[in-house]
Amino acid sequence: MGPSSRREFLLAAGRLAAGVGLVSVVGVEPARATPAAMEEAIRKVVGSSRVNPGRVKIDLPPLSENGNAVPLAISVDSPMTEADHVRAIHVFTEKNPQPNVVSFHLGPRAGRASVATRIRLADTQTVTAISELSDGSFWSASADVVVTLAACAEDP
Amino acid sequence: MASALINVPERARRGEIIEIKTLVSHPMETGYRRSQLGTPIPRDIIRQFVCSYNGVEVFRAELHPAIAANPFIAFSTVATESGTIAFQWTGDNGFAVMESASIAVD
Repeated sequence: MGPSSRREFLLAAGRLAAGVGLVSVVGVEPARATPAAMEEAIRKVVGSSRVNPGRVKIDLPPLSENGNAVPLAISVDSPMTEADHVRAIHVFTEKNPQPNVVSFHLGPRAGRASVATRIRLADTQTVTAISELSDGSFWSASADVVVTLAACAEDP
Repeated sequence: MASALINVPERARRGEIIEIKTLVSHPMETGYRRSQLGTPIPRDIIRQFVCSYNGVEVFRAELHPAIAANPFIAFSTVATESGTIAFQWTGDNGFAVMESASIAVD
C-alpha cells in the first residue's frame, strides 16, 4: 500500500466513523444496540419524537439474586409545576418476554417525579426508562442489572 | 381474598409533598409459565392502578406481566386539602380492589 492510498484509506475511515457517529446521534436513544422488540415498543410510545439521554435517574441494584422481584426506583429532574412537569414514565426491558414493564402517569399534583415498584427480570439485561414531559420532549436513562436467578425459571 | 396495604400519612401541612406506598395481594401470573403437566398457565395480572384525591385522578399506572407478584407501587402527591385518597386496582378475570385512606391537611 503506497503512502497516498494509505492516506486515502485513513481519510475514508475517518469519514465513515464521523458518519456512524452522526447516525447514532440522530437515531433512537439510548445509543446502545437494543433488541428490536424493545425499540418497537419505545417507538410506539414516543412516535417520531427524539429521545434525549438525561434528566432521568434509575435506581436499580447492579446485581440481583432473585429476578422475581427486583426493586426499581425512578426519579426525573423536573420542577413539577403546571407549566413544566412529567406526564409519564415508561419502563422497558430488552430480554423479558414482553418489552413493556410499566407505565406511570403523573401530573403537576405529584409534587415530585419519583416512583418505585418491584419488577421481574428474565435475564441479565438493560432496563430503560423513558420520561415524557409536558412540553412533549422525551428523556431516557438505562441501567444494567445482573440477574443470578431469572424470573419465570421456576416457581416463585 | 384480595387485600391491599396502603401507607398514607394521617396529617400533612398544606402543600407538603407526601409519599404514598401501596401493596396489593395478587399472584401476577405472567401467562408464560407452564404447570407441572406442561399446560400453559393463563395470564392473570393487574392491568391498572389508579389513585384519586377527593375524586380527582392524581396518579395512574399501567402494569404488565413484568411487575413482580403482589405489586408494590410508591409515588408522591401534594397534600392540597383534607379528604379521602382512593386507590383502585383492576385486572384480568374481573379483578377489582378498592381501598381508601383519609388525610387531614392543615
